Amino acid sequence: MRTFRPQEQVDFVIVGSGAAGGIMAKQLSTAGYSVVVLERGGWGKFGHEQDYTKDELLNSNPSQADMLMSDPVRMPNTFRRTDRDRTVAGVHSYGCCVGGGTVTYGGSSWRHLPWEFNEATTVGTIAGTGLADWPITYEELEPYYTQAEWEVGISGLRVDSPFVAPMSREYPVPPVPLKSSGALLKTGAARLGLTVVPGPLAIITEPYQGRSGCVNCGMCSDFGCHVRARSSSAVTVLPIALETGRCEIRANAYVHEIPVDAQGRVTGAIYFNEANEQVLQRARAVVVSANASETARLLLMSKSSRFPDGLANSSGLVGRYLMLGNIASANGLFEHPLNDYKGVVSGAAVVDFVPSDERRGFYGGGRMTSRGYATPISLGLSGLAPGSPRWGAGYKQALREQAQHKMTITCFTTQLPLETNRVDLDPDVKDAWGLPAMRITSQSHPDDMRNLEFFRQKSIEILEAAGATQVWAPQAGDSRGSAHNRGTCRMGNDPAASVVNRYHRAHDVPNLFVVDGSNLVTGGRNHPTMTIQALAFRAAENLVRAARAGEV
Amino acid sequence: MSSQGRSRRSFLVGSASGLSGAWFLANYPGILAAEEFVLEAERSEQQIGFAFFTPEQAAEVEAVAAQIIPTDETPGAREARVVRFIDRALVTFEKGRQPDYTRGIEELTAETRRRFPSRSRFSELTFDQQIELLTAIETTPFFNLVRTHTITGFFASPVHGGNYGKVGWALIGFDDALQFEPPFGYYDALPVPPAPRLGVGGQP
Repeated sequence: MRTFRPQEQVDFVIVGSGAAGGIMAKQLSTAGYSVVVLERGGWGKFGHEQDYTKDELLNSNPSQADMLMSDPVRMPNTFRRTDRDRTVAGVHSYGCCVGGGTVTYGGSSWRHLPWEFNEATTVGTIAGTGLADWPITYEELEPYYTQAEWEVGISGLRVDSPFVAPMSREYPVPPVPLKSSGALLKTGAARLGLTVVPGPLAIITEPYQGRSGCVNCGMCSDFGCHVRARSSSAVTVLPIALETGRCEIRANAYVHEIPVDAQGRVTGAIYFNEANEQVLQRARAVVVSANASETARLLLMSKSSRFPDGLANSSGLVGRYLMLGNIASANGLFEHPLNDYKGVVSGAAVVDFVPSDERRGFYGGGRMTSRGYATPISLGLSGLAPGSPRWGAGYKQALREQAQHKMTITCFTTQLPLETNRVDLDPDVKDAWGLPAMRITSQSHPDDMRNLEFFRQKSIEILEAAGATQVWAPQAGDSRGSAHNRGTCRMGNDPAASVVNRYHRAHDVPNLFVVDGSNLVTGGRNHPTMTIQALAFRAAENLVRAARAGEV
Repeated sequence: MSSQGRSRRSFLVGSASGLSGAWFLANYPGILAAEEFVLEAERSEQQIGFAFFTPEQAAEVEAVAAQIIPTDETPGAREARVVRFIDRALVTFEKGRQPDYTRGIEELTAETRRRFPSRSRFSELTFDQQIELLTAIETTPFFNLVRTHTITGFFASPVHGGNYGKVGWALIGFDDALQFEPPFGYYDALPVPPAPRLGVGGQP
């Protein structure tokens, strides 16, 4: 790997190496620019993925070096429902290693539908919410969706349905096999006249671009992929970036400030290295791809006399319109074994309720996915139906009867962007580096909660139609944190109503770019990664064009 | 009795909310050290003694574990050697829990004597007496600590000392081959009903 000295002014510093950061690194370095990627997390098993553990106990209790998710001890966050509520310890967590959340995610890769880019027009604005049209259209983004699907490697089936985004090209590899939970979803859905489609996944099902297909190992989400079938940034775009000889990835580099010069241009990024020394990496331009929550926190921490309220925050909107992501679910038991622990987490979805429908009496939509995945320890500790004995002969019998017989329908639903839902800096709590902890303030709109209940009921109906012998569905709670966090630096044409422009350039700072889930104007149906990846390819193309024209 | 006595008492009596689903403190080197113990025991081919428990304490903990996951026509916590898992854990990644066990076992003994004056140890009680006692303390922190450890040891990889012979995995039909071909289960092997409104190139 090519390395750079921090004093050396590189063309671009990229903060974060996940879904967006990895793509930006590849696109900018292959275009001829020098790039330093600063990743707060560790290396994971980058380059030797066969060493990822499949041991549930070890994977849940990793060493600091092996952590793939954010460290709740060293990097705490806090939470309050509203400004009037007391702040409590937070539970927000997200991927934090080279490759970011794509190293451990389930891999769902749904596109946003064309009308999801202008719901303020098609559905209408909703009083008290920030529901707004995007500054770009689906047609503008479509080529980059296709590019992302082919460069990252997405499995799936192109379908013709009003509930699925139209595609200009097939998926590069076929969908994952239908599991028993998917077959039951299909059975229940067919009886109710609903549509099931195979889920597009960032998990390849046959050899593609030098990687091998999924072996259905059954230790999937939350684990690193030991056969490199999960199309994470770490095994797709980042290795290509390194091969250019123009890109360096620095892991364990915790960026906490983006400094500016007298002209108001950013000069690089200041980070804590592994030895806890502060280092300034100089750069001509900075791309922030740290995920919606951490991107906002970084900008808010980057205060200066010129930007006293945080960098790129003249609108006061940095951190606002946070959408954490809500899910509703229902569980069912079936007579015969599903063995759903084999294979990927989820590969089938009911899509009929993706659009909002005013006849329901509220705004909202979502996607219903089938799953039955359970690892042995978590199943034993907390996976049985409510009311099952917790110990003794009855507990053992319940394990026997339920272990391979359970499926869950998990619904990923809309969450309206609200200005009051936000990330800011906790005034009291500090992280292990003495920096202000992230504070999340989030309460979903009443329509979001009604929508969750709608999906909970629909899930129950499908499970019953599929022949479940027992169904249970806990009340869906309002999220306190989620790796699907979006919003916080929305894109738009009006500098007073958005943080970045339609090309991801900060309205306030000419050489600062924000490219990640923070840019999402609306949250889609809580499946953000593919849209983040498409946005990154589009942002990179425009950034390269601007750089070549001397406009960065 | 001092205030210490009261706090000891409350340990067995108090509520355990929040503990039953508890996960271990991040302690990876400790987990690896526990693995070493297990490998050592296998290499030496002889019965390795307990690292933390006295034989008497081990018998008490094993008796509790064997009620949490009892032996019936299939192996339970006893055959899975869960007590070995817990013993290794208590000198490695769960070191901080040593006092909880020392105290918990003492209190278990005291409770045994209180309820069944003719008996001095939990493991000496009849099957039904054990169930009666554990039912009375099933919401206490100590019981839930042993429950969490028992279940974890029963279902964790055998390299950590429990789940001996993969009997835990056998109970739940879990195969650790890490490579599978469809069909995976009963329902995906059946013909699936046609989807009425879906087709490539078709009209929805």
